Amino acid sequence: MSYWTGIATQVGIYLIAVLGLSVLCGFTGMFSMGHAGFMAIGAYTSALLSIHLSMPIWVSVLCGTLLATLIGTLVSLPTLKLRDDYFLIVTLGVGEGIRLVIQNLADLTGGARGLTSIPGGVTIWGVLVIAVLAVVFIKLFLSTKFGRNCIAVREEELAAKSVGINIFRYKLLAMVISCALCGLAGGLLAHYLNYLTPTLFNMTKSEELIIPVILGGRGSLTGTIVAGLLLLPLPELLRFGSAQEWRMVIYGLLVVLVITFRPSGLMGNKELTLQNLKKFLAGFFLKNRGQAPDGKGDSV
Amino acid sequence: MSGQQAYALEITDVCKNFSGIQASKDINIRVKEGEIYGIIGPNGAGKTTLFNLITGVYAPTSGSIRFLGTEIAGKPTHEISQMGIARTFQNIRLFGDLTVYQNVLTAYQHNLTYSFLDGILRTKKFRQQEKKAEEVCLDVLRRIGLYDLRDQHASKLPYGQQRRLEIVRAIVTGAKLLLLDEPAAGMNEEESLELSQIIKDIRKDYHVTIVIIDHHMDVIMDVCEQITVINFGEMLTTGTAEEIQSNQAVIDAYLGVNDDAED
Repeated sequence: MSYWTGIATQVGIYLIAVLGLSVLCGFTGMFSMGHAGFMAIGAYTSALLSIHLSMPIWVSVLCGTLLATLIGTLVSLPTLKLRDDYFLIVTLGVGEGIRLVIQNLADLTGGARGLTSIPGGVTIWGVLVIAVLAVVFIKLFLSTKFGRNCIAVREEELAAKSVGINIFRYKLLAMVISCALCGLAGGLLAHYLNYLTPTLFNMTKSEELIIPVILGGRGSLTGTIVAGLLLLPLPELLRFGSAQEWRMVIYGLLVVLVITFRPSGLMGNKELTLQNLKKFLAGFFLKNRGQAPDGKGDSV
Repeated sequence: MSGQQAYALEITDVCKNFSGIQASKDINIRVKEGEIYGIIGPNGAGKTTLFNLITGVYAPTSGSIRFLGTEIAGKPTHEISQMGIARTFQNIRLFGDLTVYQNVLTAYQHNLTYSFLDGILRTKKFRQQEKKAEEVCLDVLRRIGLYDLRDQHASKLPYGQQRRLEIVRAIVTGAKLLLLDEPAAGMNEEESLELSQIIKDIRKDYHVTIVIIDHHMDVIMDVCEQITVINFGEMLTTGTAEEIQSNQAVIDAYLGVNDDAED
């Protein structure tokens, strides 16, 4: 596998996790700083099952996904009724807690030294197919009443309750979807890298997963994907020298800039579609010729 | 539902205390099915508190609230909504980032019974129900006069239209009781006249019972069959528009009695 294929595979895997977070943070409006922890559960579960029980990797990845979802649900039950900022603090603690547990179960997980000789088998094509399926799934989800109700929860909780939406249920649903996709991404990562260390899943990773959602536009699936494709390769590309340290500074700067100048994210809640693109270009050219853009050029 | 007269809403001896402050005291209101009922009173009289008690935002400290014969006091807001009570808000609470149509479609959600899997797999059940939803929502938008604005962002609508959208959103939930919290606030005379007509039309077209809180006397006096006046959390009186207008206690509450030496 060439260097570039490798980067593409990793970007695809992390994008699956980012898609999960877009449902939770982008569409339901709940911020999490701990989803790398759910990736870790998926990754370690899948790796250990395939090492010790010689499970085929698709079975072990599935088990990892399920366990991440289960633990995510158990954590959510007592915490989803908290106010959003408290929820964020809880996820921060849970994410770090999961990592520390893995680090200290050295007999099982290899501790800080890491877990090696994990069976491989994840290819770029496999990742690509799963990533596309995840996008299709979320797209379909968003145009059902379940997706719409999640968005209503983000927009205005009391109004959502007043049209009969059980807020708790839809927050839980968003949490389940996000944990499942993060667990899935973790499992894929394990069988792609063939090794795991707890530092792969620290708080910085959680931040890296959520930043594309914020930058791309909360409520824009295409915006999140575009931001993900731009930002996710950076850790690999900036691997050498002091670039690595500067990366988080740049991220921080980007977030501050976006929050200051475009608080709804690059795409806001607009989707990048051919139709919107045409309208935007038409409006752009008309404006440049000094004509009124017919009131339609204001999209995107 | 007792005997000859069916009540949509029966509020009996309801009190609400906020750590010592009595926001509602011994409220007794009976709203007949199909009636348009008005609740008026000066600012801070406890009118919105009453709506919050009915919709489960607060639980009453004591007393009973029955909707079509079923006790609802203290139930969670979403359950009360699912039973058939919908409301609008004094300080508008739309899904601001969504379009007018999406606001309405979202509110229709309780009438969609398909499962999660139906939705993802786009089964026949999903497609049929979504099609029906679209028809119903567009129809209500057309009747209330927001059809042409359906693709606008809710937060970008003029104030009066936002209030109207809140009413549409309440209707499509399929509610049997609508609670309108100051629907005419910020409207000029012409707009509030139009609103009076809309409220009457809604009752006729959707067979709903309506309770209105407002300061706009013209709207209240025009559309309400029964009116209750509240002041300092207590009921002053109940009656028809004429009875209210000639009631000395009401006039005192609004214009003030000549005992204000202390402030």
